[in-house]
Amino acid sequence: MTEAGQEPWPEADPESDLAGFRAAAGGATARFAAGEAAIIRSLVSQVAELVGGEAALADPAGADTGGADTGGADTGGGDQAAADALAAQLGLTDDSELPSDPILARLLPDAYSDDPQASGEFRRYTELSLRSGKVAAAQTVLATLPARGGRVRLAEPDAQAWLRALNDVRLSLGVILNVTDDSEDQLAGLPADDPRAAYVGVYQWLAALQDSLIDALS
Amino acid sequence: MSVAPAEVQRPETDQDAVLDSPWVTIVWNDPVNLMSYVTYVFRTVFGYAKPKAEKLMLDVHHKGRAVVSSGAREAMERDAETLHGYGLWATVSHDS
Repeated sequence: MTEAGQEPWPEADPESDLAGFRAAAGGATARFAAGEAAIIRSLVSQVAELVGGEAALADPAGADTGGADTGGADTGGGDQAAADALAAQLGLTDDSELPSDPILARLLPDAYSDDPQASGEFRRYTELSLRSGKVAAAQTVLATLPARGGRVRLAEPDAQAWLRALNDVRLSLGVILNVTDDSEDQLAGLPADDPRAAYVGVYQWLAALQDSLIDALS
Repeated sequence: MSVAPAEVQRPETDQDAVLDSPWVTIVWNDPVNLMSYVTYVFRTVFGYAKPKAEKLMLDVHHKGRAVVSSGAREAMERDAETLHGYGLWATVSHDS
């Protein structure tokens, strides 16, 4: 585990609350600059697409979907489609192996450290609802964070969804940055032309933001 | 001698669960989750008081892992699924 440093957003906008969230009646509130809102919305959307597929993410703020581009590749096999639909209804998935994508593997981990068969069974029965829960948390962020920034007021249930969605983004960035218990100095010292350097500031800022939201709810 | 029932009965109380069904949920340390967040999750998910949640969090942090709940296997799987929803690295195992 780690602790959030006092990391203001590197190019702090005077419109934002550098302190992040603070307690408000029944929940928490914060003000976001447009650039901050754009970054959070983009990262949260990317994680949700990874976890749930593009179809899972109906952006309530109306992101441009570029028109009718929905022709699925696998429209054959009606029986298979029906079976898939039923399986989806029952919350079953075909996936019983650890996802190969390292980010997905972190977000959807094995439930048994030494029993692949039990892990596979657990995954079959739980992975769909785990994925949809993560997508729902992402959708809550997109629905409550105006694309142009501004004041966000969150009641406790939405604030919890924010915590989970921000955490999924941080876990994903942690995989990309290969964060370890003692990589903090190494990350801070990345040369500016390293593609990961841009993520480091965001990663630290999101930690401070998440920490402030926990404080506000405590 | 008695014969084991075909289906394991759901334990009556948490205490029975601990005694009869030695399954546990384990949370593992990871370098990304915030200490404050892990404490918050233990309080929210299990309803643990802050001192207990903080002690468990510190156990995870310093020892690499901690048992956060124990009971019937099905209940432990539910706990693990809930913790995965919060992004904690949780596994289920048979206490031995």
